[in-house]
Amino acid sequence: MNLQPTAIEVMGIAKSYDDHQVLRGIDLTVPIGTVYALLGPNGAGKTTMIRILSTLITADDGQARVAGFDVATRPDDVRRSIGVTGQFSAIDELLTGRENLRLMADLAHLPAREAGARVDELLARFDLTDAADRRAATYSGGMKRRLDLAMTLVSRPRVIFLDEPTSGLDPRSRRDLWQIVRELLTDGVTIFLTTQYLEEADHLAHTVGLLDGGRLVATGTPAELKALAGGETLDDVFLALTGHAATTDDREEQETTR
Amino acid sequence: MTTMTYTARDSATMLRRNLKHLIRYPSLTVTIIVMPVVFLLLFVYVFGGTMGAGLPGGPAGGGGGGRADYLHYITPTILVMTVASVANSTAILVAKDATEGIIDRFRTMPISRSAPLNGHVLAALAQTVLGVLVVLAIALALGYRGGASVAGWAGAAGMIVLMGWTVTWLCVALGLASGSVEAASNAPMPLILLPFLSSGFVPTDSMPRGLAWVAEHQPFTPIIDTLRACLDGRDPGSDAWWAIGWCVVVTAVCFWWAVRLFGRVGKG
Repeated sequence: MNLQPTAIEVMGIAKSYDDHQVLRGIDLTVPIGTVYALLGPNGAGKTTMIRILSTLITADDGQARVAGFDVATRPDDVRRSIGVTGQFSAIDELLTGRENLRLMADLAHLPAREAGARVDELLARFDLTDAADRRAATYSGGMKRRLDLAMTLVSRPRVIFLDEPTSGLDPRSRRDLWQIVRELLTDGVTIFLTTQYLEEADHLAHTVGLLDGGRLVATGTPAELKALAGGETLDDVFLALTGHAATTDDREEQETTR
Repeated sequence: MTTMTYTARDSATMLRRNLKHLIRYPSLTVTIIVMPVVFLLLFVYVFGGTMGAGLPGGPAGGGGGGRADYLHYITPTILVMTVASVANSTAILVAKDATEGIIDRFRTMPISRSAPLNGHVLAALAQTVLGVLVVLAIALALGYRGGASVAGWAGAAGMIVLMGWTVTWLCVALGLASGSVEAASNAPMPLILLPFLSSGFVPTDSMPRGLAWVAEHQPFTPIIDTLRACLDGRDPGSDAWWAIGWCVVVTAVCFWWAVRLFGRVGKG
């Protein structure tokens, strides 16, 4: 009966490390088949949010449901529904691109015939067919990121988490990745991504959440947010709502991710 | 039951991954095997003449002995050091996995929590068997002759596999706990040093009293004595029970520790 069935529901999620409150009570909802961008500077708590939703760490307080399952009590059901591409390359550089994908297919328990077909299909889709039998260590940054994302898709996840998917990529690779994200939507998946690039959120997201200091300071469509702050770009919005620019130093984020 | 099936299937998948690494980088395996071989040559040809003379009635019979008797005395020790050498490299491989993003990927997948670790352990066991065979072949070429029956060889093989299983799980846990590849390469240092403080290179009763007590009560002494007895075709007696006991207890603790660490690598 739900008009907009939800893929992700977050209620009052909080997380601290020692005395440092990384997340101070986050509420958000992501409808199925949409892109939600969590936008914020380094150290805002974006990676921590993704780690909680992808069952890597547990929250101190609050509740989160992904694909209908509580992340704290049904982590294995959540894991069956999600795919995660983290900030740090999660490929096996000693294996070839094809072997990396096959590893994922085997771990997803795909039957051998189906696994081979799925691997070929993803290699073609991510423009990696020519490099398929080379070790991933020889790949360029953009190719590694594409392989990383292809590995995430092998098991056909319904909800995909992308933690700063384009950080460190050149403009062309970044646009290629945006195109891939848009294509994923046509398959009906839900995407939750973090970014510090306002342009990226503007381009990709149906809903943008502005995260600053562990709190969501604003949520809405890119257009709504721009109207709210009376600015031309999300940069203006960020400055208007937080009193500082969206890009600050990276020291804090290093602490929260390692 | 399906949980068990999936654990086995995922572990086999991970084993294939780890074996591919080993086959693709044979230099790693070569480095691992070179260390004990160097020790063997060093101890037999540099120290062996003098050390053999100090053995109480060399195993070949008669009072004192020579280089050949010392080769006979330390071959089981060198086999044990081969096993430790493989385990040491496993700590590094596990730490490398843990410091790279791939372990987080595994942790967000619906796979058995122990499968990635089982893959490392099983690959290390394959490497152990290969390493021990190479080192044993070199010892035989140098003139080592055991006196083992079929049962003795089986006992020796069993001891090596059991000890390999144990020290590998220990090193998997150390690799996960160390947090960096550099720390992981140093953490298993006791595995390389402890055989020196055992009955491995000299009989424990030739050591000062305090040290002898330590040597007699640390796990490498019953393991090496069991291996030596098996290879000589003697009954290892209570040494075997001590060796098996140590291995079972250490494996159980380290397995529990490693799986727990794997559950929260990174943080949280």
